[in-house]
Amino acid sequence: MDLFLQLVLSGLATGCIYACLALAVVTIHTTSGQVNFAQGEMAMFSAYIAWSLIDLGLPYWLAFILTLAVSFLGAAMIQIFLLRPMAQASILSHVIVFLGLFTIFNSTAGWIWSFTIKPFPSPFPEGSVMGLIGFHELGVLGVVLVLLAAVYAFLNFTPVGLAMRAAAENPTSARLVGIRVGRMLALGWGLAAVMGAAAGMMIAPVVYLEPNMMAGILLYGFAAAVVGGIDSPAGAVAGGILVGVIENLAGAYLPFIGNELKLSTALLVIVIVLLVKPSGLFGRTAVNRV
Amino acid sequence: MSHLCIDKVVVRFGGIVALDGVSFEVPEGEIVGLIGPNGAGKTTLFNCLSRLYQVHGGDITYNGRSILSLPPHRMTEIGIGRTFQNLALFHNMTVRDNILAGGHPASRGGFIGNALRLPGSRREERRLHEKADRLMEELDLTAVANEGVGELPFGTRKRLEIARALMSDPKLLLLDEPAGGLNHDEVDELAERIHGLRDERALTVLLVEHHMGLVMRVSDRVVVLSFGRKLAEGTPDEIRQHPEVIEAYLGKAG
Amino acid sequence: MTHLLEVNDLHAYYGPTHVLSGIHFSLNKGGITTILGANGAGKTTTLRALCGMVTTKGQISLDGRRIDGSACEEIVRMGVAHVPEGRGTFAALTTEENLKLGAVTRRDKHGVTQDLEHMYSLFPRLKERRKQQAGTLSGGEQQMLAVARALMLRPNLLLLDEPSFGLAPLIVAELFEILGRINREDGVSMLLVEQNAELALDLASHAYLLETGKVVLSGSAEEIQEHDQVRRTYLGY
Repeated sequence: MDLFLQLVLSGLATGCIYACLALAVVTIHTTSGQVNFAQGEMAMFSAYIAWSLIDLGLPYWLAFILTLAVSFLGAAMIQIFLLRPMAQASILSHVIVFLGLFTIFNSTAGWIWSFTIKPFPSPFPEGSVMGLIGFHELGVLGVVLVLLAAVYAFLNFTPVGLAMRAAAENPTSARLVGIRVGRMLALGWGLAAVMGAAAGMMIAPVVYLEPNMMAGILLYGFAAAVVGGIDSPAGAVAGGILVGVIENLAGAYLPFIGNELKLSTALLVIVIVLLVKPSGLFGRTAVNRV
Repeated sequence: MSHLCIDKVVVRFGGIVALDGVSFEVPEGEIVGLIGPNGAGKTTLFNCLSRLYQVHGGDITYNGRSILSLPPHRMTEIGIGRTFQNLALFHNMTVRDNILAGGHPASRGGFIGNALRLPGSRREERRLHEKADRLMEELDLTAVANEGVGELPFGTRKRLEIARALMSDPKLLLLDEPAGGLNHDEVDELAERIHGLRDERALTVLLVEHHMGLVMRVSDRVVVLSFGRKLAEGTPDEIRQHPEVIEAYLGKAG
Repeated sequence: MTHLLEVNDLHAYYGPTHVLSGIHFSLNKGGITTILGANGAGKTTTLRALCGMVTTKGQISLDGRRIDGSACEEIVRMGVAHVPEGRGTFAALTTEENLKLGAVTRRDKHGVTQDLEHMYSLFPRLKERRKQQAGTLSGGEQQMLAVARALMLRPNLLLLDEPSFGLAPLIVAELFEILGRINREDGVSMLLVEQNAELALDLASHAYLLETGKVVLSGSAEEIQEHDQVRRTYLGY
């Protein structure tokens, strides 16, 4: 029973990280209809920025906040200077640009910080609570939940959040009430990068810092987004947690899966959910009276 | 044969009763107008007839047979066609392709025949194209046949919806606010068109419309809904003078 | 009388299609002008051109400032509200959120709250539906919502594209009374495209008749009402 509880709790912690990435993917998808394949690499880059700031002697939490801010600005710039000019381009052109971003972030990180693995500090003490859950994992849960709550409150209780949801749903009507839709897209990219950066900094102590650290994590993030419903923020969070827990339990209780096949379980979860509920667990089929 | 019978139909959304035991009939060859205040349940009833909404009580029969067990796509096959209030066209397709899409359910080619382009399915395709051409002629759409739907004037798109509905050779046509945005002359034209369709194609028509000029001119009978119930039913003249209808719907302007 | 809106040699295009071919017109400050015309004459396009939703050539001045070529959202921020064809409600958002979005560019929180209550008193039906997703409202209710949302901007100029669409006759009469009141009391100028020419000419002080992208007739509402062709085609007597 203890083992089970342990597995569920640590699954929750990694699940929260997947949830962050999934929410980043969902944010960009709902505002622009695009899937940002480079989300994981951007998160990795953010983690390196945090590492550099800490290396310069900044306290962890100051570096953490600064990294979130820099990530926000950087991603908003990418949207404004790279994606806005090609707004009319085809879906395929966008896919190519996202793959390009993926490669650029990956190799630039390797060029600046080298491809050798670096340890990344955790702000939380070592040890665990009654042997059930490590302090780091507990801390991750806390940080992510605070972040998610902040995003939720921003989207649902502030005028700018409302404007952003409106711009995502119906850009033409949004312009007709005076919303600067372009800025909302940039804001969406910034928010997504903030969530990605948090995920990167929270997972880095576990997987260590290196340019390819996010590859697998992003796949889990995608899995979470699809499982939850690609247009549902709540679904992304639930999907992330679900994938994290299932992955952990399957790895431990189904011996043939082990560590090697863990990633495949994520894909299996996607397939099963989509077979049963094609729009995802929380996905909505558009409501509109005809 | 075409005889629609709506029998004590009840529809609920959550706690709201959208239709509360509505009954009336649409006999063959008649044009029946359905009017009532906003939110009275007119479109809801249409959506029941095209099986988009579940009915929670009562029955809807067409030619004596309940339609409530049939899936939505079977509605065109049994002869019920419709248009939508705020349009439901394929925006990125041309006028011709939109009409052709309406002929799909009636096409006899079959999937395999189409995929292999067998002679039979090619003949079928030609037949559908000719039919679409005739309908475009009939509804004054020939000039815009190859234009995208997106930027066409509203009235033209409304005509296009009628053409598309006619592609499946319905016996009963449900029209949801066909007069939207038309001026007086154009409404006159539409009234003649609806009468023409009834006479030439032996159509039965159920019409939701707020344009009283059109409703009173084309309808043989008018049914009035209010708050999910039938408020009145009668000839256009009877309805025009019905005190409760005047109070709930027409106002003194009517 | 000064002009709020002045339009000179305005052309509009949808891709290769030339929809407006050089129209001229003006709108008095505090006035209501209606545009009559057949299906496809360019009425909707004119309204869209005024708020930057289509490609145009020519001059549009609002209160002496050129707005042609400006982005739609910037024109709206200058106080031009548009009730578009097809309503443009945010279907997944609630009625109240839709209304708040109408005022999303305003900074006077207190005024917005007041106006929200004011809209609910003008359209009690919307109050009953305030927490409901707008997509589940009936067609007519969505139309009321579109008008109310536009008013939430406290516009100087209100562009109305078939405001009576989908509304019961009783509600149409009420709506036009409300529009008249808002015009008189708040001085909101209006440009109106409306299928019911009789109502439109009653409400408006000026009218233009559009034919295949050109203004063929203009004058005071009374003059236009007396015009033979208008009477036959648009009024039916």
